[in-house]
Amino acid sequence: MTGDVKALHATSNGVEADNQWSLWEVFTQPGKGAPHEHAGSVHATDAEHALQNARDVYARRGEAVSLWVVPADAIVASAPGDAGPFFDPGNDKAYRHPQFYKVPRGVRVF
Amino acid sequence: MDQPTFVTADESALTAAFEARIAAGESIEPKDWMPDRYRRQLVRMMSQHAHSEIVGMLPEGNWITRAPSLRRKMSLIAKVQDEAGHGLYIYCGTETLGVDRHELVEQLLDGRAKYSSIFNYPTLSWADMGVIGWFVDGAAIVNQTILAKASYGPYARAMVRICKEENFHKRQGYEICATLANGTPAQREMLQDAVNRFWWPSLMMFGPSDVDSPNSAELLKWRVKRKTNDELRQRFINLTVPQAAAIGITLPDPDLRFNAETNNWDFGEIDWTEFFQVIGGNGPCNRERIAARQQAHDEGAWVREAATAHAAKQQGRATQAA
Repeated sequence: MTGDVKALHATSNGVEADNQWSLWEVFTQPGKGAPHEHAGSVHATDAEHALQNARDVYARRGEAVSLWVVPADAIVASAPGDAGPFFDPGNDKAYRHPQFYKVPRGVRVF
Repeated sequence: MDQPTFVTADESALTAAFEARIAAGESIEPKDWMPDRYRRQLVRMMSQHAHSEIVGMLPEGNWITRAPSLRRKMSLIAKVQDEAGHGLYIYCGTETLGVDRHELVEQLLDGRAKYSSIFNYPTLSWADMGVIGWFVDGAAIVNQTILAKASYGPYARAMVRICKEENFHKRQGYEICATLANGTPAQREMLQDAVNRFWWPSLMMFGPSDVDSPNSAELLKWRVKRKTNDELRQRFINLTVPQAAAIGITLPDPDLRFNAETNNWDFGEIDWTEFFQVIGGNGPCNRERIAARQQAHDEGAWVREAATAHAAKQQGRATQAA
């Protein structure tokens, strides 16, 4: 059910010979306790270089307290074409939501 | 192109579904099916935009060593660095469409790629740094605020990021202008001269009138653009006229007057011959810009080689240690 490994980009771009280096996806955490969010990508020779480039490109104004860089090839994503059947099991179970349950009138449940 | 393949549905049904998604205000993501024409229009527009950010560093880089104070110099360096960052955000967005960045860099260096016509004008005085921030970044904000609602997700997200940073660019530019406007007669004269030179080229930044813009209708239909070139240009003029009045600067257009019926500032005829000359490679600085870009690329080769060699060495050491 998952898509190909070139998850966020339509084609892989890890060509070394053209001096553009391989592609890394960048995730920034805007503050302590917040989740890391995808910010964009950078080209870099290795992980350390990717972190430095990611800092220079995506955190010039204190936008992040933490950075993740991930080789773009390593990300596996769900395929948009299969989104319907893939996510169906989560959409047809109303009993997973609190509104499904009746509560005696006047009782404060939360 | 690496798209999911649908063997049963035909192209027109897919296009109809795609257009329905756009009409519903949905955002299109890299792996979603999209008409080839949509992909190509995006690549064209986004790569031109990215190139503009990169070439846009050059006219301002010209004044870094001659900034009049340390404060101005720090701001200008930070601004030029931002432009590089903006170029990278958009190149990154373009890569999600399956384009190799190397290819885009080559197109820029060999002169095939287009970029904003404004960067082919020279920066002759310090006042130009102020006016570029005020007009050129001001025009870019008007344009990019709308592009932040574009239908293609990665482009829209890059625009949101860029718009936040452009506000600093515009304010630092307007501050330079306001300072010069309050300065000596020579400083005021220098500012007015810069305004006179940059006003019309700034209006041209929004592109040809919609009547003559071959791509507009399609881009609007697919919500790559949300407003026409003329609408954006008018918005920029309406915003800028009071800002010029506030610092006692005259905009070089005798036909500029407020139209109480439309609530817009009417303006004179734009010289589109000049625009097409500059776009066609015959602006005052086209060759100089590309030559400077090529020189920077060539002189940076050793840095790229060193980084690659360093990474190989580190990897070698890691393998040995293991």
